Amino acid sequence: MNSALNSGINATNANMAPVGTPYFFYGLAALALVSAFLVITRRNVVHSALALIVTLLSVAGLYLMLYAPFVAGVQIIVYAGGVMVLFLFVIMLVNIERSYKERRFSGLLPVGLVAGCALFGLFLFALTKGRSLFPDRMMLLPESSNTQQIAGMLYGDAGKMGQYTFAFEIASLLLLVAILAAVIMTKRRA
Amino acid sequence: MVPITTFHYLVVAAALFVMGVIGVLTRRNLVVILMSIELILNAVNLNLVAFSRMWGNLHGQVFSIFITVDAAAEAAAGLGILIAFFRNRETVNVDEIDLLKW
Amino acid sequence: MPDFITSYLGSILTPGEAGNQFWALVYVFIIFAGVSVAVMSMNWLERKALAHFQIRLGPMRTGPHGLLQPIADAIKLLLKEDLIPAGADRFVFWVAPLIGLLAAFAVYTVIPFGPSQAVSDMNIGILFMLGVSSLGVLGVVVAGWASNSNYPLIGALRSSAQMVSYEVAMGLAVVSAILMTSLNETGTGTLSMIGIVRAQQEQGVWFIFKFFPLGLIAFIIFAVAMVAETNRAPFDMAEAESELTAGYHTEYSGLRWSLFMLAEYAAMISVSSIAVTLWLGGWMRPFPRLLHAPAWDLVFSLFPGLTFLGLASIALVGVVRMPRHAFFKVQKIGLAGFCAVLGFISLLLLLIAIAGRSNNNIASRLNESVGYIYWFLLKVAVFMYLFIWYRATWPRYRFDQLMRVGWKVLLPISLTVLVLTAIVGVLFS
Repeated sequence: MNSALNSGINATNANMAPVGTPYFFYGLAALALVSAFLVITRRNVVHSALALIVTLLSVAGLYLMLYAPFVAGVQIIVYAGGVMVLFLFVIMLVNIERSYKERRFSGLLPVGLVAGCALFGLFLFALTKGRSLFPDRMMLLPESSNTQQIAGMLYGDAGKMGQYTFAFEIASLLLLVAILAAVIMTKRRA
Repeated sequence: MVPITTFHYLVVAAALFVMGVIGVLTRRNLVVILMSIELILNAVNLNLVAFSRMWGNLHGQVFSIFITVDAAAEAAAGLGILIAFFRNRETVNVDEIDLLKW
Repeated sequence: MPDFITSYLGSILTPGEAGNQFWALVYVFIIFAGVSVAVMSMNWLERKALAHFQIRLGPMRTGPHGLLQPIADAIKLLLKEDLIPAGADRFVFWVAPLIGLLAAFAVYTVIPFGPSQAVSDMNIGILFMLGVSSLGVLGVVVAGWASNSNYPLIGALRSSAQMVSYEVAMGLAVVSAILMTSLNETGTGTLSMIGIVRAQQEQGVWFIFKFFPLGLIAFIIFAVAMVAETNRAPFDMAEAESELTAGYHTEYSGLRWSLFMLAEYAAMISVSSIAVTLWLGGWMRPFPRLLHAPAWDLVFSLFPGLTFLGLASIALVGVVRMPRHAFFKVQKIGLAGFCAVLGFISLLLLLIAIAGRSNNNIASRLNESVGYIYWFLLKVAVFMYLFIWYRATWPRYRFDQLMRVGWKVLLPISLTVLVLTAIVGVLFS
């Protein structure tokens, strides 16, 4: 890379303060939560899937606000572009007209609601009690070389094996197993 | 206006997580349950990335990529199960998954 | 505030990098208007070129040589009744074209028309482009489902299967090009669109010719997959009119239908831009190293003006050949006016090219920008013509053949190319 150019970028980054950060945060968080609520309450499965896409995209926006552009890109390309298309494909493949007329929630509804609220209460309690554990600082991560640094951790730098290279290989094995599982399970028995 | 700190992100992630849990516990449609699991995994990812920002290193982001891999594998396998199940029972309702062997 | 606006002028960064929201917005508007105009002219060109391929004349009545046909079409579509089928899911039906349009246009934020002529230069540029353009399929799928009709549903199913399949081969081809960017002293590659073109500049070779024939094969795989991704002939299974009436947009009419068309053509332009950026040197003119002398610079900077001069002379030939009859008088005047506009643009560009030779800073910057944008758009235009050419030449694939080509031919080849690129890169760097 052109070193003179890189230093130029860094120099401009210093005076490039993000505008209206809290508003963006609250907007994206509200969008994510509202559409997550729609995911679990809509009767129509396609509506749920569309709401889930909105959730995923707004979470990708939150990643961008946390200076994690690579994770945001992976989120868009894997979740929104891949997994959700798979979901929609399956929804259209299995005809679900019948399920619109059925009850939406199982008999566990009250139990589930109570358990969920209790869990949220527990989370809030733990977070507020342990607030001193989360210092109110936000480290400035080097955004312009984010991808390169993640690559260094995954694949290794300068001939050395990276910290997560082995785990990364195992993850690829997991994907292979998942592909095989999907193929075998969906194949019609001869 | 209060500056946005890690705490805010953790609360959002906790709320997403809880919504996913409620979805898994209460819905009857298998597709929606799988989607709720995606919500849960996303909440975890958000936590990890927020912590990564807090500590100023990238370990959290690398872990969130692993979780994304896991979520993709889970979706593929889960939807495979769903299709196999639908072929046998003509339904995607978890309340009717009550036979050990068909 | 005026300081904020003028301070960007003379910067070598994109507005996004420089943090200048005003110019970023200006660029967004320019690109939006430009893409809309490009789609309209592409509409005219496709009809004309297809007609000539089939030894017809194509649109001739609306304006000279049918030049006003896109405008007439647009007015017709806007005035048409906007039907929503009775059993349709109204909200989803309404939102589906917008998804496609949003995905097609959001991609343009990272397309580098020049080293600083882009809205923003993201660190994850190419990843962003692939991700967002893959969102377009959601619009198609959801439109097919919401119509509550069998043809659109089958079109949607086909389209989702097709896009997911070809995205894999496409992604692997892109990865092999990105791998080539890491062949420098530091050994770090880049995902940024501008960085990819810079890497080709530094290595002195377009990636299509790198490690011959590996780059070429990867490019061909991408070129096939991008036709499938945009649902164009011969892979237009999602809207195969002989089988599915019109596929996923059978139930759409009027404005919503035109939004689908807009999204389709915008997506065509954007995937062509990816191909140009990754393999064809982006904004670079041909032979920047070999023909380096200032005289050659002048020759190449005359190209934009000469292109418009050529277009103007074609229009002039049209004016001369117009039949001498009162009926054609208005058309003749119109075409002459068009010719004059083209000639004026040509004159302007030639003036810029000559002024760019002087020591005037602004003039030389302007000349450079015109050159960058011209070469980028010229390469994209070649791809757009190829899309039309494919459509006129090849019959439509059968769906099982399409899937077989995607999974059993393109995917193994692209994996092999990726591995070979990595090996060759390690051996020869």
